[in-house]
Amino acid sequence: MDRGTGSQRRGDTQGRRGESADDPELDQLLVHAADGDEEAFAGLYEALVHTVMGLACRVVQDKAQAEEVTQDVMVEVWRTAKQFQPARGAARNWVLTLAHRRAVDRVRSVTAGRARELRAAVREQERSFDTVAEEVEVREEQRVVFRCLTQLARELRLPLVLAYYEGLTYAEVAEALSTPPGTIKSRMRQGLKRLYDCMEAGS
Amino acid sequence: MNLTDDPHFDVGAYVLHALPADEEAAFENHLASCIPCRREVERLSKVTVGLGAAETSAPSADLRRRVLDQIATVRQVQSDAFASRRRRRGQRGVKLALAASVAAAVALGGVAWWQSSEAETAREQSAQDRAEYRQLADVLTAPDATISTHELARGGTASVVASRAQGRSAFIGSGLPPLTDDRVYQLWYAESGRYRPAGLLSTAGGREARVLDGPLGGATGVCVTVEPAGGSRQPTTHPLGVISVPA
Repeated sequence: MDRGTGSQRRGDTQGRRGESADDPELDQLLVHAADGDEEAFAGLYEALVHTVMGLACRVVQDKAQAEEVTQDVMVEVWRTAKQFQPARGAARNWVLTLAHRRAVDRVRSVTAGRARELRAAVREQERSFDTVAEEVEVREEQRVVFRCLTQLARELRLPLVLAYYEGLTYAEVAEALSTPPGTIKSRMRQGLKRLYDCMEAGS
Repeated sequence: MNLTDDPHFDVGAYVLHALPADEEAAFENHLASCIPCRREVERLSKVTVGLGAAETSAPSADLRRRVLDQIATVRQVQSDAFASRRRRRGQRGVKLALAASVAAAVALGGVAWWQSSEAETAREQSAQDRAEYRQLADVLTAPDATISTHELARGGTASVVASRAQGRSAFIGSGLPPLTDDRVYQLWYAESGRYRPAGLLSTAGGREARVLDGPLGGATGVCVTVEPAGGSRQPTTHPLGVISVPA
């Protein structure tokens, strides 16, 4: 799978002057897109499509399907742009949350025989996590996220990564890790909280 | 209440999109009335977005053209339809308001609360709430909408407006007795003897209107039960009423 080249990454940060996720320029583009401005939407597309595609690839593990998800997400962004409220979060967050939701939905719609894959997913996870950590080199913010993730205890990290990157439900994570579902839910919350605190401290 | 029944514990799984549809719907119901939970969701979402932005990948060259072609044919959702109705009073707004009022009036036996309370509350509604109102109006004004009304066992009237074409239905309750803090009205779709959670009502009782969570599917009825706060996965009490939905 194409994990993206350096030039693609640069393309993704173009026009954003290396700013963080709260980039007000993107917010403006989305606000204009909500009013039917196709040019503004095209600008938003340029700025975010590589990141959306990267996330979709990571979750659905298939480039053709990831592209369908990406198309779906971008059209949905256009369709529901009016629901975006700049006061409540950045455009980038809004789009990526939608992208993750769609990617996960895609993975779950083809779940036949998935239980068998769970254990394989656990084995794969540590390796693929290392790959992610190596690949993160663009944004300081991302470096912070992954530095924090590596510092997290394995029992807290695995549920997060399996759910977020493999698209597993908490019940599937529980099965894969042979841990009670309630414990997994609790660890997911605790893990995210630790990451949040670590990110706040590191930024 | 044991640890896993506490809806607050779902917040991490929710942010990770790791809850199955029924539990996600139940948690969102809880979220609607839990301000600290919403704050926690906002905070933790920053973490997941950080995880999500980790990698980039280039789509094929013609994706941009396909997307731009497609949006030219896609109608944008106007989420402010309700909020702007009072100030616009344009033809479309009035028409929608009238249609919604008529449907609600039929369902409730002729009341104007819908229009007035909706206009009052719209001012303070978040975009998400407005989207819910819009969904409600969509169901109430569906050309194939059917209305069924039922008296509930412990008082109050329940109406279900269903649109098979849209695959959605709305619940409109009036005169529901208020419940104590630790109990909640829960709605269920009944299908082939099984119950699917379809959302919670506020504990205040009185009048309630909402679109049911999840698809109508092949459901033949909507049930109302009283459940512990946060809702249940399956009914734990005898239904107060079963409102049948025409096929």
